Amino acid sequence: MLGKTAGGLFWMFRYLERAENTARMIDAGLRISLTRSSAAESEWTAILSSTGLSETYASLHGEPYGAKIIDFLLRDPNNPASIMAQIEGARMNARVVRTALTREVWEAVNECYMVLKRLLSQPVEDRDLPRVLQIIRQRSAFVRGAKHGSMVRNDMYNFGRIGTFFERADNTARILDQKYYILLPSVRLVGSASDNVQWDTILRATSTTRAYQTLHEGETDPMAIARFLILDGRLPRSLAFSYRKIEENLGFLAEEYNARHECHALADNLCGRFKTRDMNAIFEYGLHEFISDFLRDSAALGRQIEIDYRFSE
Amino acid sequence: MPNTPKYFDEMNGTGSGPRLPYEAYCKWFAGENNARLLEKSEEAEALFRLIGVTFNVYGDPDATERLIPFDLVPRIIAAREWALLSKGIEQRVRALNAFLHDIYHRQEIVRAGRMPAEMIARNEAFLPQMIGVSPPGDVYTHIVGTDLVRTGDDEFFVLEDNARTPSGVSYMLENRETMLHMFPELFSKVKVRSVGQYPRSLRRSLSACAPDACEGRPRLAVLTPGIHNSAYYEHAFLADQMSAELVEGHDLRVVDGRVAMRTTQGYKAIDVLYRRVDDEYLDPMNFNPDSMLGVPGIMDVYRAGGITIANAPGTGIADDKAIYSYMPDIVEFYTGEKAILKNVPTHRCSDPQALKYVLDNLSELVVKEVHGSGGYGMLVGPAASKKEIEAFRAKLTAKPDNYIAQPTLALSTVPILTEAGLAPRHVDLRPFALMSPERVDITPGGLTRVALTEGSLIVNSSQGGGTKDTWVLED
Repeated sequence: MLGKTAGGLFWMFRYLERAENTARMIDAGLRISLTRSSAAESEWTAILSSTGLSETYASLHGEPYGAKIIDFLLRDPNNPASIMAQIEGARMNARVVRTALTREVWEAVNECYMVLKRLLSQPVEDRDLPRVLQIIRQRSAFVRGAKHGSMVRNDMYNFGRIGTFFERADNTARILDQKYYILLPSVRLVGSASDNVQWDTILRATSTTRAYQTLHEGETDPMAIARFLILDGRLPRSLAFSYRKIEENLGFLAEEYNARHECHALADNLCGRFKTRDMNAIFEYGLHEFISDFLRDSAALGRQIEIDYRFSE
Repeated sequence: MPNTPKYFDEMNGTGSGPRLPYEAYCKWFAGENNARLLEKSEEAEALFRLIGVTFNVYGDPDATERLIPFDLVPRIIAAREWALLSKGIEQRVRALNAFLHDIYHRQEIVRAGRMPAEMIARNEAFLPQMIGVSPPGDVYTHIVGTDLVRTGDDEFFVLEDNARTPSGVSYMLENRETMLHMFPELFSKVKVRSVGQYPRSLRRSLSACAPDACEGRPRLAVLTPGIHNSAYYEHAFLADQMSAELVEGHDLRVVDGRVAMRTTQGYKAIDVLYRRVDDEYLDPMNFNPDSMLGVPGIMDVYRAGGITIANAPGTGIADDKAIYSYMPDIVEFYTGEKAILKNVPTHRCSDPQALKYVLDNLSELVVKEVHGSGGYGMLVGPAASKKEIEAFRAKLTAKPDNYIAQPTLALSTVPILTEAGLAPRHVDLRPFALMSPERVDITPGGLTRVALTEGSLIVNSSQGGGTKDTWVLED
């Protein structure tokens, strides 16, 4: 398989995952602005920050303002990381790697693109927003499902999967990075209503509210939320889960190619952090430091995968 | 009122009921309702969009991906007609291949006085780098698309021989898939010869041309200029269908005397490269130094027998339109037989007498650039305005060598589906022939292109033409 194709699959699924996650974040922001208008602007600013696009936004539009931010994240042609741009990126990569995709996967991603191109051709009205966000998540899920149901479990499949989980872990970590301060143990002493809303936003931005409640019987506790998103191997959006998958998929590649690389060592190291440490140890080390380390090391892993599997020259 | 020329309609002939090959289809059609068929038409379009059977139009930023319109009335060819056509194509393909070998070796055809030396020496498509080179299996034209037109019951002409990198075969295949999907019942009523074997035949044919350096099962790759190329869909489609890698220049480099592709496990040698990149861009070391699309040094590997390039570099000279005018001689010279398929009478404007005739009769002739393709840079006299003719006259006078002229043919028509029912439109046909050392393999049918505008004779997709499924009936 061509190195370029491996790279195309990795990026195609990263883009799709990111588009879906951006939709989740807009959804969380929307929820807050509907229920607690006083907190809304600062929430939008935080969401913008976790997408890493604050500067791009500021240079184009100046002051953060809810409706502007929504449009910016959804479809602004000047935003290279808008949902539309992600979907276009996913489809462009899908065209490059078309020979590595089943017809089902190609059609799912092409249809995703065609549907969103139409829906996002002009600003989305408030009343249509929830529906549009739902369609984005749904279309992305179709691609994942088509892949799951139709692709042979070989290197092609594994590169795509690594892209998905790499991006997902990165996203969850970025949201935690934005909100780490409300999850610190000291916050529990404060226990005000505003913190509850903040916790709620984190869960919403990762679409894990329901899962959290099921597993924690309704008790909202910041430490439990942090443990849930970082260490809980049952949650498909947690860092532990995503990295177990990355380790597994890289492992399949090592087996198929009969060769281990530098990236395997890096992934094992990252994975080990979620296996051996309990939440108290992480707090002791510093939640913010833990997440910063993670983001730095996962970026290094991404670069190493590109090198080891020759995505480009 | 100008005289309306009488065209041969392939469905209705002279007008008294359908011609024999169309009988079964017309019977089926009579039971159909136009509105339902138009709906089917939209269904087909949605299907093409979803699959992504699109092409890019150069210089049209608003429409980076367009569909080639598909008309769902098939073009039907009788078994007897096809037998003659395929025999004629095979003869022509063999002659072209022998001609290419000859002009890059001893040039017997020139020595015999059958073709002037300057036709070759001064030809831009002649590649001096190919002199004395014998490609693996001595095959130059692995894939040929022969453009045919019809003017009457038994009147077929070859319009062009596409021997560089003929495109359109993916449409031939997708059109059939679409028809099978939409009208399964029709195929149980009419026995149509299958086209679906083409990718397998292509794989087999290319593999049979593997170079001596090949060890084991030949490794194939399709070289594309990339996703922005107008025929990218086809490149991806063919690579996929014949389980070859789809590569771009930057995936390749010369490693240990072989052309190799960068895989996730290091560089791996390629045996046969089906390139959809023009000669000029193939090798920046040997041709255009600015090319980003090719592989530096591939020509050196090629000359040393390290890789098969399909079609061989330098085959472009065989689809040059001035060379075309010599085709009857070429066929006779190399096969010892009269050409089965006729050429359109062609005036070479490089000849002063011919030029005078052409200039005097511009409004009746079709004038084409010698190296042109895609329907660009041509004049269709009867359809052109006075102003267009005068502008063309200036271009022609300035560079007569660059043009040939042909009489405007009364191209046959086949009906298309319109809102008002069936309406005749002009068509051509591009069958695809595969050549290997053992055989010439021609897929029954080919790509029918149809001019969708009433009266238009230009069928090129870049100029608003569409396509049809082409049926060759079982005997």
